[in-house]
Amino acid sequence: MSENITKNENGTIMSDQDKTTTPSSLSDVAGARAAGGSRVGTRALGTGLEARGVHAWFDKHHALADVSLDFSAGTVTALIGPSGCGKSTFIRTLNRMHEFIPKTSMAGQVLLDGKDIYESGIDVTKIRLQIGMVFQKPNPFPSMTIGENVLSGIKLAQLKVSNQSELMEECLTRAGLWNEVKDRLGAHAGGLSGGQQQRLCIARALAVNPKVLLMDEPCSALDPGSTLRIEETISELSKTMTIVIVTHNMQQAARVSDYTAFFLSDGGPGQMIEVGPTNEIFSRPKDTRTENYVTGRFG
Amino acid sequence: MTQTQTSAATPTRPWAPTLKDRALTVTSILLAVILDVLIVAVTPLKGKIPYFFLFFILWFIVDSIFVYRAKGQKGVRDGLAAKVTLFGAVVVVMVVASILWETIHRGLKGINLEFFTGTLRNTSLFDPLGSGGIAHAIVGTLMLIAIAIIFAVPMGILTALYLTEIKGKAAGLIQFLVQAMSGVPSVVAGLFIYAAIILNTPLRSSAFLGGLALTILMVPTVTRTSQEVLNLVPRDLREAGLAMGATQWKTVALVVVPAARSGLITATILGVARIAGETAPLLFTVGVFDSYNFNPIKGDQGSLPTVVWRGLQGGTPESIQWAWSTILALLIVVLIMFVIARAFGTRQMKRK
Amino acid sequence: MPPMSVDAPEKAIPQARKITTKPRVSDQIFRGVVTAFSFSALVILSLISIFLLIQGFNTFKEQGFGFITGFEWVTFVDENGVETATFGLQAMLVGTLVISMIAVLIAVPLSVFTALFLTFYAPEGLKKYLVTVIDLMAAFPSILYGLWGFFVLMPMAEYWAQLINKWFGWIYIFDVPQPIFSRSPFIAGLVLTVMIIPIITSVSREVFSQTPLDRIQAAYALGATKWGMIRAVVLPFGAGGVVGGSMLGLGRAFGETVAVFSVLNIVFRSNFQILFTQGGNVASMIIQKWGEATPKEVGALMAAGLVLFFLTLIVNFLANQVVSRTVKSGR
Repeated sequence: MSENITKNENGTIMSDQDKTTTPSSLSDVAGARAAGGSRVGTRALGTGLEARGVHAWFDKHHALADVSLDFSAGTVTALIGPSGCGKSTFIRTLNRMHEFIPKTSMAGQVLLDGKDIYESGIDVTKIRLQIGMVFQKPNPFPSMTIGENVLSGIKLAQLKVSNQSELMEECLTRAGLWNEVKDRLGAHAGGLSGGQQQRLCIARALAVNPKVLLMDEPCSALDPGSTLRIEETISELSKTMTIVIVTHNMQQAARVSDYTAFFLSDGGPGQMIEVGPTNEIFSRPKDTRTENYVTGRFG
Repeated sequence: MTQTQTSAATPTRPWAPTLKDRALTVTSILLAVILDVLIVAVTPLKGKIPYFFLFFILWFIVDSIFVYRAKGQKGVRDGLAAKVTLFGAVVVVMVVASILWETIHRGLKGINLEFFTGTLRNTSLFDPLGSGGIAHAIVGTLMLIAIAIIFAVPMGILTALYLTEIKGKAAGLIQFLVQAMSGVPSVVAGLFIYAAIILNTPLRSSAFLGGLALTILMVPTVTRTSQEVLNLVPRDLREAGLAMGATQWKTVALVVVPAARSGLITATILGVARIAGETAPLLFTVGVFDSYNFNPIKGDQGSLPTVVWRGLQGGTPESIQWAWSTILALLIVVLIMFVIARAFGTRQMKRK
Repeated sequence: MPPMSVDAPEKAIPQARKITTKPRVSDQIFRGVVTAFSFSALVILSLISIFLLIQGFNTFKEQGFGFITGFEWVTFVDENGVETATFGLQAMLVGTLVISMIAVLIAVPLSVFTALFLTFYAPEGLKKYLVTVIDLMAAFPSILYGLWGFFVLMPMAEYWAQLINKWFGWIYIFDVPQPIFSRSPFIAGLVLTVMIIPIITSVSREVFSQTPLDRIQAAYALGATKWGMIRAVVLPFGAGGVVGGSMLGLGRAFGETVAVFSVLNIVFRSNFQILFTQGGNVASMIIQKWGEATPKEVGALMAAGLVLFFLTLIVNFLANQVVSRTVKSGR
């Protein structure tokens, strides 16, 4: 496991208390995942994604302050925290979707493979090809068939693909949807269930071969069965890409992520309070606020 | 571990167009303009329009060269789309500007005090402007509008009330009928009044009949706008009224309608603006007249649209001048109503 | 003592009570009055049909189908006051279609471009100003369009017509039997274009602005440019609304009277050579013939009005169906 852990402690230095009382099964789950075997990167992933001193404003409202996080290549990082603390805003600064809302601004840097994606002169559409996103509410294009949906990213970017049906099968398989739709690729996407639609969106995002996949509460609108399937998909995918997932569900964070970052807003802008390996965040958090959150005292 | 400094950062917008981007845009526009002027000078194209079209074509070509290097074919198509949509909007604005400009420019020449105070009693439309005027036509149009309001506003608002408050079983049918009525051509409205009334009763051309024809054209506008406005009244107002034990009609009359009052006035004004300039129905029902006629139920009337019509048909420079000046007067009336309707409309919004 | 049942009594689900209230007289009057007035729309439309039919009945009887399909419009009164007449509307119906189609073909792209610009490209301040301009356009009286069309647009349009004829005259519709380009279907079509742009733009804009945000975000997140997003999401979503709006514009174009009359030379021949000074439109024809119409002709004009009425009714009905189905379903 790589060692790049950045801590942002906001002035409160906690003594390293030895927390013998494990608060919940969360830590057990997280610990199991951490111990669950080595994960071998199967190809060059680049050096991952790094956020340095990221701030975000909506008009005059300072929504996010000074977030620095390093997402190592090939890891899954969960962003947790109560509603309204800036997690979604932060994740949208990572693929430059934040700027679509009128009158927004930001500060800081986001580095993909060492290069700032906010540098002037950069083609933002190319950035979004490398940093993909899956949204909370499944949003396949209803005017396209299932097959067309998967390839829509390719078509929008006007990329040349030697074998489209092969790519379609590969992406749908990786998203865990191939068996269910292989006979009806020509059907309209609207006929799928919620869970299937979300997996279709994942397949669609995979088709353009991103290095990073951002997921904004991807399972919160789905039933537990679909949720579980998608979590399995995430584990598989993390072998070949970096994943950042925002989640309200702490058990989910414990199940799928290698690292967890805790966000909180105390009435002012949201900040990242603590980040660390997932099993540590849940069993031995360093900040009281983190501890209060993961033990369910608030949030 | 040393604490990383919490940067009190300043908000920036790295995605906003930079100085370099803007310079590039200005350069490509300038290049397009220069090439435009050169090409038009060299080829046998004439008039202002070729400049305009050619500019957009050249701008697209020049800009694409810059864009292609940065963003490829995708970027070029995106740039084309941006320019084409801009082109559409510019064409529309230019047409409206042309209409306004020409009307003011050509109409103003004939305007003087006499124009608004005199009548055509002793002047014909073939006489040059300077003597005579359209005061009688203004009166006639005002009478027509008044009569149309008297009939169309109650019908329109009550129909809207049916659709929003009572919502009876016939609501679907009524909605459909209102939409159908909005498609009635103005000629048909005039023909109908003629066929129904002039051919079957002793009544003849008069402001009253003209007002009836205009009513047919006005009701759909009033109904539709009133419907929208009444639907904006929050449901809790109605519920509050009913909870106090008021009957439905009292609730509607004393709570809902006053709440929507300014919107209903907007609906009326928009309806008036719609019919103020209608010409065709008047030709069948009101006739033409060259001086004051204060009797609404008897006798032909002068009206602004028919003066314009006759001026245009006359074909001489003088009559055409009469047409332009009168249409300018009519346009001013319509514009004033438009502005007032807007003012009432936004007042309705602000109260929410 | 009667035997008590051992089982617990089954709780029967009670039937829903009928909720009634004694209606107050004032409310009944209120409802009655309002309902009566709302049916005025039905009454008016029916009366229009009835009276025009009554007046036009003889014409339909005498001319039969020839009224729709015939080309001639002649009436002759001999010394005894006996009138013989042939009335055929086909030239005018064809003419109406021709100029309305020209108008729709030019207006729809322009309106869609403008609506896209307003919804996705225009900065906030400019947008409000532009929307005002479009609403203003809708408020202009039709005779103003006639005047402007004749004195301002026509000179330019004649020049364009000459150019089109010069370069594309080998195509039938752009050819002319004689080089007279004034008051042609082309020019009438252009004037109608300008008149129907506001309605098509408004409807299109409303539909475009309702495009679901999550699909727009999905497209951008895949690396689409703004145009890519519009093509993938906005246009499929808004297609139905645009079609409905175009049909509303078509209906408006069918019934336009004075504006067309000012810029079109009405001749009773079906003319597809749109650059040439020959055309027709039912509504303008009615105005043209009205002034000196013989008694039989009056009946024929009424019949023509009825035909026009039904034509616009059908088009508007279909248009409203299309618009409400797409705007409401949000598909």
